[in-house]
This record gives sequence, C-alpha cells and structure tokens, in this order.
Amino acid sequence: MVSLFKKALESGRFVVTSEIAPPKGTNLEKMTHHIKLLRDKVDGINVTDHQSSVMRYPSLGGALLVKEMEGEPILQMTCRDRNRLALQADLLFAHSRGISNVLCLTGDSILMGDHKEAKGVFDMDSSQLLATIRKLEKGKDLGGNDLDGSVSFCAGAIVTPEANPLEPQLIKFEKKVEAGAEFVQTQAVYDLKLFKNFMEYARQFPIKVLAGVILLTSAQMARFMNKNVAGVNVPQDLIDELAAAPKGRAIEKGIEIAGRMIKKFRKEKLCAGVHIMAIGREELVPEIMSAGELG
Amino acid sequence: MIRSITQKKTEEELDQLLTGIARIFIIGCGTCVTMTHTGGTPEVTEMKEKLLKKGKLVTGDLVLPVACDNLTAEVLREYGSQINQADGLLIMTCAFGVQTIARQVKKMVIPGLDTLFIGKETGLGQFDEVCTQCGSCILGETGGICPVTSCHKGLVNGPCGGTKNGKCEIDEKKDCAWTLIYNRLKDLDRLDLMRRYQKPKNFQKEPRPGKYWLNPA
Repeated sequence: MVSLFKKALESGRFVVTSEIAPPKGTNLEKMTHHIKLLRDKVDGINVTDHQSSVMRYPSLGGALLVKEMEGEPILQMTCRDRNRLALQADLLFAHSRGISNVLCLTGDSILMGDHKEAKGVFDMDSSQLLATIRKLEKGKDLGGNDLDGSVSFCAGAIVTPEANPLEPQLIKFEKKVEAGAEFVQTQAVYDLKLFKNFMEYARQFPIKVLAGVILLTSAQMARFMNKNVAGVNVPQDLIDELAAAPKGRAIEKGIEIAGRMIKKFRKEKLCAGVHIMAIGREELVPEIMSAGELG
Repeated sequence: MIRSITQKKTEEELDQLLTGIARIFIIGCGTCVTMTHTGGTPEVTEMKEKLLKKGKLVTGDLVLPVACDNLTAEVLREYGSQINQADGLLIMTCAFGVQTIARQVKKMVIPGLDTLFIGKETGLGQFDEVCTQCGSCILGETGGICPVTSCHKGLVNGPCGGTKNGKCEIDEKKDCAWTLIYNRLKDLDRLDLMRRYQKPKNFQKEPRPGKYWLNPA
C-alpha cells in the first residue's frame, strides 16, 4: 500500500497538510464536513489525538473516516494514553484499514486536559514510537516476536524550530530522524529569521519539513500564544498589524498574514511544504490556501 | 538523608474514615513526619484536641521514635492496654509506618496522612522527590539528574515540546528536567550522552511489589 502523502513528499512539489479535530461525542457531522472541505485540497489531513489531553472521539476513528471518504489521513498518535501493547495494536489496526501515515507525538500532560485525575502513561516517547513503527515494518513486535502480516507507514514527528532553549529540542529532533521520521510538521512559525536558521540546520538531515501555520484570529490570540504556547513567537509587527485591523476584520488580516507566510515559504524554497492549523476554524483553510496562492 | 514525604489527609476524608470508630489511639513518628510537620508531637496533640471536640474518646497517644523500625513492636507492647481499649489506631506516619504498626497490632489502622514520595528537603520547607526506584538507573547518562523522577512525563530521550524557557508545561515555576540535564551535560562537554537513544524502559526491573533477596536460593 503506497502512501499518497509520501508520494507527494517525494514529488518535490510544495506539499500542504491540514488538520481536523474529532468531536467530543459521537456526532461526526462537523468532522465529516471538514473532511469534505479539505480532502481534495490538501495532501494529508492530520487527525488529532485527544488534543490538549481532552477526551474525544479517537484519532484512529477520525483517520478511518478520512480514509472512507477517500481523503489521505495522517494519524496522530500520542504516547500519553496507551502503553506499548496498545500503541502497537493500534498501528496494526491502522495499517490493516489503509491508514498509511502516522505522526508520532509524546503528548501533552494529562494536567492540560479535562481528565486531570487520570494516569499519564508515557510508557514510550515520540522517538521510541517512531522506532517501534520501523520495527513493526520489519515484521517483529517490540517483544521480538514475529508478526503474521506487518505494517508500512510514512512516519513523522513534530519539532519546535523557535524553542528556547533550542538545542535540547534539536537533539531530540535528531533522535527522531535517527529513529525513522520521514517528515516533521513544525510548531507554528512566525519569525522567519529564526525559521531560516532552523532550516539551514535541518537541511543536512534526510527529512522533509512542513512549516506550521496557525491562523491568528486576533492580536489578543497572538499575545496569548506568545505567553502560553511553547516555542511560539509572534513578532510585534504582526501583532500590531492585527491590532490595526478594523473592528471585526482581524481574522481577515490573520488569513492575509498566513497567506503571506505560505507564499514566502514556497517562493523562497525554505521547506517542503506547510501544515495549516486553523484550530476551531477549519472551514477557513481553503481561504488561507487561496491567500497563500496554493491549489 | 532521604525522607518519606507526607501530607495530612483532609478533615473531611478523615471524618469519613473515622465514622463508627468511637475510641481512638493516635500514633505519630519522630522522624520524617516530624520534619514535615505532619505527624510529630505538635500535630499529634492538635489531632487529639480535634478528636475530643468531635466527641471521640482518645484512649492514648504516642510518638514513636522511628515508626518503620523493628523496635516499634516493643514500644507498642508498652502501650498495650491503651491500644487494646481503642476501636482503631489513627496513625500519623508515612505508609511504611502504618504497615509496620498494622503487622504488630490486631486493630484497624486509619492512616492520617498520604505518603507522597520519597525525597529530601532541598530548601527551607521545600521537599523534592529524588528517586522513583525504577530499577534501571540512567544517572550515568544524564549528568546525575534523574529524568524518570524529575521530568513530569518521565521521558528518557530528551525534552517534550511543551517546555518553555526552561520550565515545564505543567508549572512555569518547575524547571524542565531536560533543560537541567542539557545544561549539565553541556558544562561537562558530554552532550553526546544526550544524543544516545534510550530504548523503552524495562518495567520488569521495577517489579510490583518490589522484592529483593541478598542471597537468592
């Protein structure tokens, strides 16, 4: 089974991924709508895994729905909620149902979410999950036992190119590359100078980098992210631009900024593509893409 | 010296645990819980007054020198008659002390404290966990700082993406263990150790319950 996303990565053209979030509950209408909106426009749709540690419909179920609707799912898997048996089992299941892309994450702390009394598992971390995929692909499980039917995945990870301090994150990044990551989707990038520095470094590794683009909906949101989100640095001039937008039009400015970033990434050939996150405003992804002159 | 770090149970929980227990014997300890002010002489006295106000009958109280020590059996024997008069023992020691006492006396035991971790006093009134007894020590590769204990997620391959300005994603006052390890290894010019891939941990080395024989048969 060939991953269409992997083919896109290997094609050399500018790749676009986006992401959707499964619902809190079993009403799949909104998610279905988002899949319809994105499936023909992007090269891969990430399905988040209890993002921010909030219990939701599983990423595996969401990825399966993307597949059934003839989209290209990128299954997000965190190590927070499952031990190595459960993670391996879900990888077997994903492969058997035609899901061929996995994004390996350690996962947010349980304390970030809505089940604060739960046990955080972390039997493995993101680099170990990547290594697990490569092992399963060789027909063996982590216990060294033979598999009756193996798996094949285009596996990726995340990186925070603007983290402070940066070097510990880069060391982890290199471990992920060594463990078998083929692509990384980055934390939101706003400071192009920092991102260029990162790309100069990252180019020495055999890995495709998709720059993270998070839609800024207001100056307030930008300030909130600077204060609270690890590795996000929205420069003051972008905040000023958002603040100067006429009342109720900040989001249009946010789309314009996102589009501008995307155009720069592409025209300056900075990276292999972009990963667009419109957290809660997925219906705006096509507009962001148009603003970025994509598709 | 490592200590058992404890916290008082809430009054509400304690009331519930003591429901139906009218006659109570209180036991504290002169070691770790004295240091943490959770089960030393002042706390035992305060508890006694509280229970009396609640209409309980306190048959006696005692602060053992070291509750987890073998000598505890002898001290308890000295207090035999007061203990025998009680319906239950309210024990303000760590869980180790509670279990040591429970093995000696045929009485219901009620823990007055929750045992949080094994740690040490790192600053005035500040206690930190130092070791989780995981059974596979990697301090040799982390510059002597334990990520299994000090990283909120117990990660062994470097920081997660949640770390911000050297602090942990769960608490901006908590140092990120991996930033500390990075700084230490950088100082020692041994960042190569941080680049070393660590396999998933072998939990067989951390058997539950822990058991060890000096001379296995």
